[in-house]
Formats: sequence, structure tokens, C-alpha cells
Amino acid sequence: MESPLTRNIQPDRVPLDIKAVKRAGGYEALRKALKSMTPAEVTDTVKRSDLKGRGGAGFPTGPKWSFVPMGPEAPRPKYLVVNADEMEPGTFKDRLLLEGDPHQLIEGTILAAYAIQAEVGYIFLRAEYKEAERRLRKAIAEAYEAGYLGRNILGSAFSAGFNFELHLHVSAGRYMCGEETGLLNSLEGRRATPRAKPPFPQVSGLWGQPTIVNNVETLSCVPHIINNGPDWFKQLSYTEDGGTKIFGASGRVNHPGLWELPLGTTLRELIFEHAGGMKPGYQFRGVLPGGASTDFLTEEHLDVKLDFTSVQKAGSRLGTGTAIVLDDQTCPVGMVLNLERFFAQESCGWCTPCREGLPWIANTLEALEEGEGLPGDLDLLASHTRKLGPGNTFCALAPGAMEPLQSALKYFRADFERHIEEKRCPWRN
Amino acid sequence: MMAKIFIDGKTYEVDPADNLLHVALSLGFDLPYFCWHPAMGSVGACRQCAVKQFKDENDTRGRLVMACMTPAAEGTRISIHDPEAAEFRASVIEWLMLNHPHDCPVCDEGGECHLQDMTVMTGHVYRRNRFKKRTYRNQYLGPFIHHEMNRCIQCYRCVRFYRDYAGGRDLDVFAAHDHVYFGRHEDGVLESEFSGNLVEVCPTGVFTDKTLQQHYTRKWDLQTAPSICAHCGLGCNTIPGERYGSLRRIVNRYHEEVNGYFLCDRGRYGYEFVNSPERIRQSRIKSAQPGELGIVPVEEVLSRLGEMLAPGTPLVGIGSPRASLEANFALRSLTGPENFFAGISANEARLHHRILNILREGPVPVASLREVERSDAVLVLGEDLTNTAPRLALALRQSVRNQPLERARQRNIDLWNDAALREIIQDEKGPLYILAPAGTRLDDVATSTTHLAPDDLARLGFAIAHLLDSAAPEVSGLPAELSSRAEEIAETLKAAKNPLIVSGTSLGSEAVIQAAASIAWALKAVNPDTRIVLTVPERNSLGLALLDNKDLDDAQEALERNPNAMLVILENDLYRRASTGSIDKLFDSAGQVVVIDSLENRTTAKADLVLPAATFAEGDGTLVNYEGRAQRYFQVLPPRDEIRESWRWIDELMRARHHELHGTWNDLDDVLRALSEQAPVFAPVLEIAPPEGFRLVEQKIPRQPHRYSGRTANRANITVHEPKPPDDPDAPLAFSMEGYKGQPPPSLIPRYWAPGWNSVQALNKFQAEVGGPLIGGSPGRRLIEPSAEARPSYPQDIPDAFVPREDEYLALPLYHIFGSEELSRLAPAIAERTPEVHAVLHPALAEKLAAADGQSIQIRLEGDTIRLPLRLDASLPEDLVGLPAGFPGIPANLPGWVKIELVSEEGA
Repeated sequence: MESPLTRNIQPDRVPLDIKAVKRAGGYEALRKALKSMTPAEVTDTVKRSDLKGRGGAGFPTGPKWSFVPMGPEAPRPKYLVVNADEMEPGTFKDRLLLEGDPHQLIEGTILAAYAIQAEVGYIFLRAEYKEAERRLRKAIAEAYEAGYLGRNILGSAFSAGFNFELHLHVSAGRYMCGEETGLLNSLEGRRATPRAKPPFPQVSGLWGQPTIVNNVETLSCVPHIINNGPDWFKQLSYTEDGGTKIFGASGRVNHPGLWELPLGTTLRELIFEHAGGMKPGYQFRGVLPGGASTDFLTEEHLDVKLDFTSVQKAGSRLGTGTAIVLDDQTCPVGMVLNLERFFAQESCGWCTPCREGLPWIANTLEALEEGEGLPGDLDLLASHTRKLGPGNTFCALAPGAMEPLQSALKYFRADFERHIEEKRCPWRN
Repeated sequence: MMAKIFIDGKTYEVDPADNLLHVALSLGFDLPYFCWHPAMGSVGACRQCAVKQFKDENDTRGRLVMACMTPAAEGTRISIHDPEAAEFRASVIEWLMLNHPHDCPVCDEGGECHLQDMTVMTGHVYRRNRFKKRTYRNQYLGPFIHHEMNRCIQCYRCVRFYRDYAGGRDLDVFAAHDHVYFGRHEDGVLESEFSGNLVEVCPTGVFTDKTLQQHYTRKWDLQTAPSICAHCGLGCNTIPGERYGSLRRIVNRYHEEVNGYFLCDRGRYGYEFVNSPERIRQSRIKSAQPGELGIVPVEEVLSRLGEMLAPGTPLVGIGSPRASLEANFALRSLTGPENFFAGISANEARLHHRILNILREGPVPVASLREVERSDAVLVLGEDLTNTAPRLALALRQSVRNQPLERARQRNIDLWNDAALREIIQDEKGPLYILAPAGTRLDDVATSTTHLAPDDLARLGFAIAHLLDSAAPEVSGLPAELSSRAEEIAETLKAAKNPLIVSGTSLGSEAVIQAAASIAWALKAVNPDTRIVLTVPERNSLGLALLDNKDLDDAQEALERNPNAMLVILENDLYRRASTGSIDKLFDSAGQVVVIDSLENRTTAKADLVLPAATFAEGDGTLVNYEGRAQRYFQVLPPRDEIRESWRWIDELMRARHHELHGTWNDLDDVLRALSEQAPVFAPVLEIAPPEGFRLVEQKIPRQPHRYSGRTANRANITVHEPKPPDDPDAPLAFSMEGYKGQPPPSLIPRYWAPGWNSVQALNKFQAEVGGPLIGGSPGRRLIEPSAEARPSYPQDIPDAFVPREDEYLALPLYHIFGSEELSRLAPAIAERTPEVHAVLHPALAEKLAAADGQSIQIRLEGDTIRLPLRLDASLPEDLVGLPAGFPGIPANLPGWVKIELVSEEGA
């Protein structure tokens, strides 16, 4: 079983320096691309690999790049932005890649920039990732020194003097900055409110210029696709979605952590093999398979393959691939309340349903937890899960926030009802 | 190309460039909204205008979309009445009302609140939320705006107007999630000259009119009428509101071509001069004691008039650019044209006639403010527009978007998609060159600014004209730096699609105006879409110029020719027109002096007889704005006490004089008819509003709304009998709540109000298309249409370069939106924003004079000497002195050479 993404990551996560990276095959893909592939060929290769975005939405990466206007008439400059604002609750997989192998990300970023012919790139990093910041700064400096960044990269006549400047930007810290257009506004120094689409960032992104925003893990896949070809990448997985994925698990499992596994690994294997199963004395009750903004799956779904299509069929989303496990001694209402408080707090305040609806939901859940629930509360919550659905709100924050709530109401309804009937939280003493 | 769309199964032909909300409102549907504004486009924030969209005729499920963010593309199928869409819209209101205080009865917005209207429209009635409401701290924002943040529904309109549209910097959105805050970073006066529009832009009671609050009245209790702003020459349309004899507020009256949706703060808050204690309410005759005026019964005044005006007494009349066409014409009829004088200085009269000729003869047409907004390269020559013609500055601020917008068009971004447009445009601005004596409040959007003395400004202008057309005279000896600036400007103007040249009278320089015209003429040969704007200072400057071209010097001569002539002065403080000495001389040369005016001033103090005149609020009249557009304003309240419209007083003078016209003028229409017969240029004034006899279903149009309260109780403390409403002999409007309830013709709309739409946004129902003309067309008519074929010859008299003098400095008038205009400066809120009188020097000149910031200097101009504290401004050229135009004590005859002396500390 191959694990290209974590191949060079040491157990202590201390990254290799650029010499060691090069010895381990780093920047080979960049050399290959810049000396023998046109930008269109790079995009085409990624397209054929079926690489899908690893940030949560799973949008195909190659097609996304192909929407960028190319050729001499295209607006200049173009931008490549790395979304390293990993703030989804329960998600910490990009952190591993950022801290453990920053050169892999930088190489992928340069390749993506070459494919869309971007002149400037920004890594938009979560504020709290201090270690990653330190390591990225060092790695970027090394890459500049080695001639992988800056002007006339690798001095290649074939790539006609490709120039690319890469900057690290550390976020001031809001969940909204992880939404790609909120991120762009934040990067411009504006409030991190999302933008309406169309126009898409590929047409009007950073400072109104053509821009691609890709997740850390997505870009980290790219050097391996260029090195080994799309067919190799596709065969890494168990299913039709190409490649491996950094999966994770948190909650009351024996070994919370992260593992690079083929896409299509089952939920059961993830939780009960890699994460070591439930801690003694705890029973599995459910799981948010891909971070806080995905629907609960339960016992009956444990054999679902963790890929974009299969998880969706089961009624949830692969999301970031980092599972939050709910056990039998944790109140599902309390868990959902904790999540909804987070989403209400992180709403940017731009659109009405999100700004006003989420605090109402959080207040209602809190009332349930405090034994002050009323009979109509569950209907109120259920109606919000519909009204805060996709398209009704300005961006995906509130619809994402509704996923754990709507599935909790479906799978743990009796628990919600007990809160109202018993006028208390049954999990509290 | 029109698109066919389907709304609830019916087919409509619409413009596919519009969004569905714009289309639905234009078609008359009641679709609620908050964040969208017709002048500011869509941002999709409030989610209030949700409708159900179907893919095709087979799609029965559909999905919710926001109408404001969805193009009205060919084949679009939507349902407004779809139950899911209706339920969602009610939910949006429910969410907005979670934290909105239930304080409508004590809220200034109550009764004209868009949030109230939309709440009723969606059917949300029952409060389910049982949790605490959020609260905020309110801010002090200055004398114009009251702040009540708890009422905020976070539609973001305030910051979008204040920052994005009006260029303000000190109002912003702070914090996040359900604690978003709209205000300043700390308490303080809002800086923007357009802050008052927040009152109308805010859909609820967060930003309300602070002056209204001082004498609060609900919209339904306000008596209102269509009016025209009295405080500059642009002619913005307004709706003043009155209760119990005092004026309570001004709101915008939409005019597609003129002010659109917005007013400046001088126009909105200047109204309180009408309520001023300085108002003249009684006739007064100079008593035995010299210099004292005694109030006497009107009957005695009229009989005294008979003596004063005995046949044979020569008569000299001085009119006013502040008075209506009718008043000026009446005086001119009384005295005869040969003895009627325009009441402005010789220089100002020359400027006005120059402007009139430029506009009348062509070939360059004047731009309406709407056209100004659409221009894509602008040169401003000699004007600080934010302070002389504020609404024009706001229009110019929009014009700089036009060139960058081309890029949005290229990328197929809908022009209503506001956030996307601003993203594409970023900080890019189309060309706007400002050539002025000092910095202006438009500099932040200017391509470049050049600060020169007036003659040098004119020379630079002539140089640009020469570069555009070599037939225009060459300017010799221009410094290289200015030559290259001229080249850049000429090239940019030449490359534009809709170039605009803006100048005006504020520097008192005919050469500056000539230079502006020369540029426009030269450009016109290259581009037929060239436009010009020449601003004039007062509400009827151009109307008066059309009527007469004789100035105060001519009046002086006439008085000298006719010793002991009786002088009749109409609504004019002559001391604001010329030096104190020359006006004193004028009075010395006159016999008896009759002054008809509304407010006490230095001129009324000279009068033997003062007759109380109506202001715009108490009288009807016609005004001609900077573009030659004649517009009618109507009484908001009947004149009280002895106040009468000026033309009616003049009719009394005619009676006393046994003038043949006396008795022929029974109402305003008679005056207008006589005017158009005497001067055919005014013929269209008869058509700009229906005559007095106009009726709809045999009824007049009521000035009072149908919910006007207390009609039978208002005077119950005096008598239980309800008095008959006052008659209005001049207009088809009634001082009553009875009358025609439907939509009147556009010139007679007394307020925007429609069933279900109680707020200012009821305007949608009065427009043929939202953001378009009013149903029935835009009111008013241009009196001047230039010939496109005219080929005027370029003026050859280019001034010499400005040469500083040894011991004297050229003093220029510097204008202040709050303080320079005669009437508005009497409004308390405006007075609070008016700076102290002062002199402005360049720091280097101050250093040369060994004067420090704040120190007092003494300035001598001809006979006048004034002592002023000093302010330093590095944007003013070193050899100039800036004086606040129109401020007390500041000489009227600026520009002029002054001597400056330092005032010793003991002396101060």
C-alpha cells in the first residue's frame, strides 16, 4: 500500500531540509513539468487523475484549473492561493502535511501555478498553526534559494522563463476565512464575508483577477501525479475517486490520529482498525465522517466506503475525511449544541438566515440541555435545517452547520425528546 | 433585445440585463427586499426577495433563488406566490425580528418604516423566539443623524451608501456574526456631506433625522408638497413636510435626470431657516426715530404705499437670483424693464450671461446630473464642487467607475451585481482631473489635482483647448510641467466616449469659464457626445439671467439719473453682493427703500418699509437650474401672519401705483402667462405643472395624507368648530386631507405613499420602471436647447500668467457647504457644522509673515478691514489667501487684492 503524501514525513514531523527532500525525489515533478510539459499538459494530467479537492467539497481539481482564462489575452496577473486555513472542528489533517512536508506543498503549488500560469501565490495559513508557519517560512526561503521560486524558475527555456512569487499570509483567525471567497476577501484586507458566484474566482478572484484556490492536501497530491502519471494515481484508491487521503479520527477511540489510506477505505476499518476501536467502557453511537459540517452516520453505515460518492449515498459527505466519533456516554444534543455554538459564533453576519438562525438554534439547543426545552422546539430545529439549506443562505456555512443537526434529529430523536420530557439532560448527573 | 420570462405562469417581456427583483418590482409585484437598492445594485445579503425558480415547464419542484441575484434571462420561470418561497420570506422577517425592538410606537421611523411594511407584506405575525434580544450601545453622530443600533437588521445598505457610493470613510461595519455593528470607530460627527441620505437608505429606525426629532411628527401627520431645494443652483427636487406652521424636515423627491435618490446635507437640513426667529412676519415702517423700524398694521402699510408710490415718483427695482421667476418678473413689470436690475454684481452678471450664452448658443449641450454620472472622463476647472454644488460632486464620484466598468462588461458580469463589480474595479478610477485653487473633497477619486491661481487655471484650460483644436489660441509661456499636464488631460479627454467639462462661477473668473467652454467646443469637434456643466451659485441664478442682464452698477447709475427714486429690493441682501461701500452708496443715492424679504439682514435694516415675503415653503414659484431646467415648487403651508408671496406684495405696489397690470393677476397662472407672453423663452413654464384649475375626478390633490390626524381637534382649544381649510388659489393642491387619492401627475406628487408601502420606498410604485422615470415623465422642462451646428469662435483674450505682488495678496473665496450659503446657515443643525470664520494661508506664506496656525491676522480689502484667525493649508498656492465665502464679515467682492497685517497679542 503506497502512501505518497506521508512518505517523507518523519514520526516526529520534523521536516526534511531541501537537500534531503531532493534526495527523496522532491522537486522532480517540477523539473519534469517545466522541462517537458506545457501548462495545458499539466492541467490535462491532473484532470485525467480524477483528483478531487480535499478541502471538503470534492470539486474536481483539473476541471477547476481549466476554467482559468489562458493565453496572451488573459488578464494578468493571475493568482494561485493555497487554502491552509484549516479550521473545521475535528479536522487536523492539513496540519500534518504543513508541518511534516512543507516542500511537497510548495512543489504542488508551483506546479499548479505553472498550469494556470499564475505569477503570484499566497499560502493562507490558519493563525494558530505557529509551527507550520515557522516551517513554511524556512521551506519557502529554501525553495527561493534553490531557484524553485522567483524569476525564470529552473532556467528552463521550455517553460519560457516561468516566474512565480510565493508569499505566506497568516490569517487573523476566522472560520469564514476557510471559505474560498471569504478567504480572498480576507487576503485583500477586507471583512471575511463570502462573495456571490458567479463570477467564480477562476474569472474574478483575488483583487478581481483570475485565481485558483486549492486545499493543502489537494496540492500535495499534484507532484506525485506528475511524477507517476494519472493511472498510477487512480489505482492508489479502492474506488473511482483517485488517490490516497489523509483520514483521521477523534473522540473516544483508542488511538486518535491521522492515517494516509486509499480512498474507499471503509469507516469500520478507519475507526476499528486504524483508530483502534472505542475506548474501554464506551460504545460507538455515531460519527461525523468528514468534520463538523457533515451528517452523522451510525452503526449501519460502518461498511460505507470513504470516498466522495459512497459517503454521499449514505447520506453524509466525505468532507475533510477526519471523523469525529460519538460514543454512548456523550449527549448527542450537547455535542450538536457545541457545534452550533461554534457555527453561530463563526457566522460572518452577512446573510440573515445564518446570522440570525444559527444563534436561535444554539439558544434552543441550550434550552434543551438546561431542561428548558418546549414541545415545539424540535419542529423549530427541523424547520431550520430545511430553511438554512443550500441556496437559501449566501454561502455553505449554514447548510454545513445544518448537517450534524438534521442527522442528529434523525438518528437520535429519542434523545432530544427525552430532554424535553424529563426537563433535563439525561447525561448530566 | 427583450427576454420572455414567466412569473406565476404569466408571460412578461423584460430586459435581460436586469435582475428578477428589479423586473418584478417594475412590473408592479409586491416582492419584499432590504439590501437591494436601485441606485446601488444587488448584493444578496438579506435573502428577503426569495422566489421559486423552475428549470423548465416540466420542473415542478423548483428551487429557491434570490430574485435580486438572478438575471432575468430568456425563458426564466419563477413563482413569487409559491408557498415555500412565501414561507421562506416570512422566515427571513421572523429572523430579522428576533432582535428588533418592539418599539414602533416610540420609533421615529414608525409609520414610514420599510421593515414594518415588509413584515406586514410577508405575513409574519407571531413571535416564537423566547430568548433575550441583543443590545448595542448607540453613538453620537453629530447634529444630523440619530443612531439607534438596536433596531438594526444588518442589511448593510448604510455602509454601502456611505462608503461605496458616497466615498465616506468614517462609517463602517464592525464585529461579526449576530453582533455586527454599523457606526463610527468612536462617537463623533459623521464627516460625509451626504450623511443625511442614511435616513432614507436605512430601511428602519437606526439612522433617523435628528432635526426632525427636535420637532417630531409622524409622516402621516405631515403636510407635504413638491418642492425644489433653495440652497444651490442644481435644482434638486425635495419634499418638505410641515405641521402646526413649522417646517419639520426635508426628504428627497426623486427626479431621474436631476437628483435621483439622494440629496446633500445642506439641501436636507437647511430647511430650518424657514422656522428661524430671524423671520420677518410683520410689515414694518421706519419710525420717527432714525434707524428704527416699527411694526404697523398691514392696512396702514398699504395706505402708506399709496403715498410713497404716487405717480411720477421714479421707481428702481432690484431683483434677486434667490427669488422665483414670478417674483422677479412681477417687479420687472412694476418698474418697467428699463428700471429693473438683476441685483448681482457686475462681475457676477457677466459670468451668468457668459454661461447663458455658452449653453444657449451651443454646440455643447449641458449635462444633467444623470448624464454626469454616465460620463467617463471629467475635467473640473476651478470648482470645489462638494462645497459649491454638492450633489454634482456625488454624481462625479459615480462617473469615475465608468471606465473600469468596461472590464466587468468584458467578463460578462451583470451590472447590477454590485459586489462583483467592485471586486473587478478595485481601486481603479476613470479619469477625473481637478484644476482648482486648493484641495477639494473629490481629490480622493481624482486622477490628479493641480492647484493654481484663477488666471493660471484659465491658461491651463486654454492650453488644453489648443491641444484639442489648433484653431483655439495658443498659450505662450506655460511652464513645462503644466504643458505636459495639459497634454495628458487633452489626450485622455479625446480618448473618452462621454467626456465632460465642469466649471462654474465660484472663482468669479470669466476667463476660467471661457477656458472651460473652449475645451468643450474643441472636444465637441472630436466627439459629438461631449457635455458641459457650468455651475451657478443660487437656486434661480440662471432664471434671473434669462430675464435681465443689468447689474448693481447699472442700478447705481439709474439711481443717480433719477434722484430720489424709490428703490424696491426683492429678496436680496445686497451686502452679500458687493463691497459695503458700494452698497452704502446705492442706498445714499436712493429715495425711499422698500425691501421685500423673509429674513432680517443688513439690507432690511436699511429699508423704510419692509414687507414679509414667503420662503419656498410658503409660496409657489418657478426656478431655473444650472442646466436651464425650469421647475415648479409649491407651497407646503399657507403663509401666516402678514407673510405673502413676493409677487402678491408687488401686486399691492402696482395697486398703489395705479399700474395697468394691477387686477389682471389673480393667480400664479396669470403671472406665468404674462411672463411667457413678454419673454417667449419662458413659454414652457406654463407646461411644467398643471394649472390651478386642474382636477382629477373633480378633486384637488391633498397635501395632507389620508391618515392625517387631529383635523377636528387641532384648534379645539380655540374653537370647537373645525375651520375651513385655507384655499390655495394658485395650485391644484389642497391644504386638506380630502381630495384625489390616486397618483397625481409627476410634477404634483406631494409624497411617496402607496398601499402596503408606507416608507420612502413607495417610490417604486411611482416609477415607470424602478430607477427610471416617474410615471408620466420627469417633471420640469429645459428652456435652453443649444444648436448642435453652432461654431462659436474661440475667445482670444487669454489672461496673463498670475504675478504675485510685493505687499498684497490675492484673496480668493473658499466655499463651505455648511456656512457659505445665505439661508441654510441660519438652520441650527447647519450652523453647528459651520466652521468659525477664518483665513487660509499656505504654511510658507504664514512663515514669511511670521504667523502661526490659529493666530489672528488682519485683512484689508478696499474699505473693509477684518480680523480673522489663521488656518494653514498646504494645498493653496503660496501667494494666495483663502477666505470663507459668504461668512459674516467676509467681503463680497472676492477675488481681490488684500493687505495682510499680523495682529499683536495685546491687540487681540
